[in-house]
Amino acid sequence: MCKDCGCEEGNARAYFDGKAHEHDHDHEHDHDHAHDHEHDHAHVHADDGHVHVHVHLHLHGATVGHDHVHVYAHDDEHEHDHPHAHEHFHAHPHEHAHPHEPSHEPEHDTPRARTVQVEERVLAKNDQAAAVNRTWLDERGVLTVNLISSPGSGKTELLVQTLKRLHGRLPAAVVVGDQQTDNDARRLAGHGAPVRQIETQAACHLNATQVGEVLPEVVPPGTRLLFVENVGNLVCPAAFDLGEHFKIAVLSVTEGEDKPLKYPVLFSDAPVAVVTKVDLLPHLDVRLETIRANLKRVRPDVTIFEVSARTSVGMDVWVEYLESAVARGF
Amino acid sequence: MHELSIAVALVAQVQEVAARENATRVLRVVVVAGRLSGVEPDALHFAWPLAAEDTIAAHAELVVEALPLTLSCRACGVSAEADEPFPICEACGSVDVDVGAARDLRLRSIDLE
Repeated sequence: MCKDCGCEEGNARAYFDGKAHEHDHDHEHDHDHAHDHEHDHAHVHADDGHVHVHVHLHLHGATVGHDHVHVYAHDDEHEHDHPHAHEHFHAHPHEHAHPHEPSHEPEHDTPRARTVQVEERVLAKNDQAAAVNRTWLDERGVLTVNLISSPGSGKTELLVQTLKRLHGRLPAAVVVGDQQTDNDARRLAGHGAPVRQIETQAACHLNATQVGEVLPEVVPPGTRLLFVENVGNLVCPAAFDLGEHFKIAVLSVTEGEDKPLKYPVLFSDAPVAVVTKVDLLPHLDVRLETIRANLKRVRPDVTIFEVSARTSVGMDVWVEYLESAVARGF
Repeated sequence: MHELSIAVALVAQVQEVAARENATRVLRVVVVAGRLSGVEPDALHFAWPLAAEDTIAAHAELVVEALPLTLSCRACGVSAEADEPFPICEACGSVDVDVGAARDLRLRSIDLE
């Protein structure tokens, strides 16, 4: 008889390695009453040379015989009856030690393992936050674009030169993300647009919650265009909707003609691409036609702008596009 | 590595379901990653134990199923599995395609007790 719970299992004492098995009872029962029912509890016993771990369901109210579920800790599963009936009182918690899974705690009054179908996007929370942002921006008529590129592609300088040209023509705002520093925000400030820096610390991308937190302060009434300059990274930002209306991929001529092919997740999701630093082309063996072809291969309907923020080449066309996009509505 | 952000979001999602189901333990988590989801299964496997540590999902097995990219073209009506991870109809070249769940990372199911 188990000294702790008083269960009498007839001849089925638990042995393992020749030693009598003792167990502490470690489940929660608010039983301060005796109850008549026949049940077993989880125990280990050696039988026919096999060691079994049995998990039994308590059938409260059953008075004759009992069913139980066997959970086998090893491969050969077979049923056998336990020719014993007993009463026992659970007055205290217990736990079972047994040889197979030290971390396993057998269940007593809990249901067995089951599968719950979920079918929900893992980034559902980010998506929801993004949707809230998008609604907020739509309600205020703010066209919002998410600029994604590798570090050093010229996003910030492109934006500085863009803001200078929009100043007095179209009210804009900028949210910029970097792991550390507000260097970009400082460069972007002073060109007529409110700017807010988000330091992501260890994160390699902005998320919708971060952007949502700064929107009210950085997008004053009357703003028509919001640029979100993402953390320099061609991989991760593509997976995180921020609430923008569309993504803009930025790619400098020094990064290689095949960049779009290497990062299809981003480039296929960006209806606009800006190729930057075209003033450096004479120093490179890169062909603009090849870059264009690769951009189109991954996104056949892409709109491409080729610019130099430094020399102003292509900047007027780019800015006109932005103004018409805002005017077109969305 | 954004798979860690994703693993953290996944653990939070699993915890919510487990709480709703009054579960005491999570045994298995099945996730489906579309080909355009930007999630690399190996990286997610790597990040998972870090994110799940000290939670109800700490010893759960993570299963990541990779979905093939099936494109349904709205222009020509062809539906086919794409070889390359580009959402372009291989029959007619149109980008007016439905990528289905290809951009999704989805928590399919949880085994718990």
